[in-house]
Amino acid sequence: MGFKKKETKKGLNIHVRRFICYVVLILITFFCLFWFYILFINATRSHGEMTRGFTPFPSTHLLENWHNLLTESKLPIWNGLINSLIISTFTAALCTYFSTMTAYAIHAYNFKFKNAIFTFILMIMTIPSQVTALGFVQLVDTMHLDDTFIPLIVPSIAAPVTFFYMKQYMENSLPLSLIEAARIDGSGEFHTFNSIVVPLMKPAIAVQAIFSFVNSWNNYFTPALILHEREMKTLPILIAELRSADWLKFDMGQVYVMIAFSIFPVILVYLFLSKYIVQGVALGSIKE
Amino acid sequence: MAKEQAKRKVVRYNKWGYIFLAPFAIVYLIFHLIPLITTIGNSFFENYRSGLKQIGPTFIGLDNFIELFSNPDIWLYTKNTLIMWILGFVPQIIVSLLLAAWFSDPSLRLKGQRFFKTVIYLPNLIMASAFAMLFFTLFSDGGPINSILIQLGILEEPFKFMSNTWSVRSLVAIMNFLMWFGNTTILLMAGMMGIDTSLFEAAEVDGATSTQVFWRITLPLLRPILVYVLITSLIGGLQMFDVPQILTNGEGEPMRTSMTLIMYLNKHLFSKNYGMAGALSVILFFITGALSLLVYKISDKKNK
Repeated sequence: MGFKKKETKKGLNIHVRRFICYVVLILITFFCLFWFYILFINATRSHGEMTRGFTPFPSTHLLENWHNLLTESKLPIWNGLINSLIISTFTAALCTYFSTMTAYAIHAYNFKFKNAIFTFILMIMTIPSQVTALGFVQLVDTMHLDDTFIPLIVPSIAAPVTFFYMKQYMENSLPLSLIEAARIDGSGEFHTFNSIVVPLMKPAIAVQAIFSFVNSWNNYFTPALILHEREMKTLPILIAELRSADWLKFDMGQVYVMIAFSIFPVILVYLFLSKYIVQGVALGSIKE
Repeated sequence: MAKEQAKRKVVRYNKWGYIFLAPFAIVYLIFHLIPLITTIGNSFFENYRSGLKQIGPTFIGLDNFIELFSNPDIWLYTKNTLIMWILGFVPQIIVSLLLAAWFSDPSLRLKGQRFFKTVIYLPNLIMASAFAMLFFTLFSDGGPINSILIQLGILEEPFKFMSNTWSVRSLVAIMNFLMWFGNTTILLMAGMMGIDTSLFEAAEVDGATSTQVFWRITLPLLRPILVYVLITSLIGGLQMFDVPQILTNGEGEPMRTSMTLIMYLNKHLFSKNYGMAGALSVILFFITGALSLLVYKISDKKNK
């Protein structure tokens, strides 16, 4: 890019600049997708084929690798999938519903300490869960909740980041006059929330549901501290077990299929929803 | 009279504010605040397991902190964490700025923007542990990357990526870069779209090149967002765990040079060394707390 700066007033010809942009974009696209391409190819090849080196074309052993993974490896994969699905679905549902409710409380009502509470929630937003993990594990122990999904689902009711997004969205698209009108029609507050506010918030809820689902689906740190029993483990924990197993003994075909099994469903869903997700990131300037 | 009635009505409605706030408050109190307090409490107690014997809990004041800081480990792990964060963050911010500037430049009129945005955001949604496992297999001694490099004639014999300090750190950085640059690009783009277009038009009339526009107009106006991205990324970087944990099987190979602070915390948690885990958590809490306060200050200014 160095030569670009030395150009005369007119700058580089627009066609040249456009060409450079496309080349760089294509390189970056390649750099993003390359790994998943190898993953896909190798998931279809047998262990024997892989030891002979890499070829860029898929082979025919995908189903065989999958079958071997289910029968030979001792990983409870279906359990892992179902556990991950249950936890992520409930997390997404509770997190979005109650975050909307919290945002509504701050948005629509006036009460003492409202501003103080709002400021407080903003300030705790970026504090990571890892720093309280110790107390959390002890709490779960005393409540006898280890090896249950409750400590992985219920805490998401208090999700400052989702709350903040909902609050921002409400400011732009939930006029207080609408709530006023509902009151005049004799609608109870709770009824108003469920039958008017929640449907209006659907676009925001959808975006945040995707994010909290994916975050929960990918979460490894906390579930690994809470879930110990074989049948209760989630997919990321099984991946970690695959890593710590003496993997040289492993059939690499199985390893690749297992990784593909945890990655590709998310990619597929993403391809359908990417428009909303990318917009969602841009809208809520705060994430993570 | 009517006014008073209306006021009473408002008050009656406003009690619903508390009711709707209750689930958040209760869950926050139980699952977030109590753990925070007991975590801090733990840092003042000697409490660990030596073999089958349980030592403590005994109150020992600040001894855990003294022990934590007098052990060179914590400095090594802080260094590792920061190095891997910087290695990932520098390319992340450069590439994101470049892409965001291109995407939001109306004179370029790039086609296929949606496709490119979809692709660059994709790695952010991938399960970090599966991604790390994938990299581990791809870069293993007999893995496909080594085969490709040998088949292309670049390498004579397999390069042991997993036994070299800088290659392991670089792999972690590459993964972090891949997972976060799309997100940063989209944030920066949103910031660039917010810049008053008349400024660009005026610059064009004055005959400024796009490079000049970028350095003289876009970048200075983006500063608050850049600082925001920097600090939130640092907070995220301090939490670095999944990727190096899975890539190195929790060992921080080679010779603990890729061991991060949270991996260290995780080790203490699993060995039930609660005193040290508490002290380490408190330190991390105060660092991230201070950084969060900074973020809050910046966002507050931005909103005004």
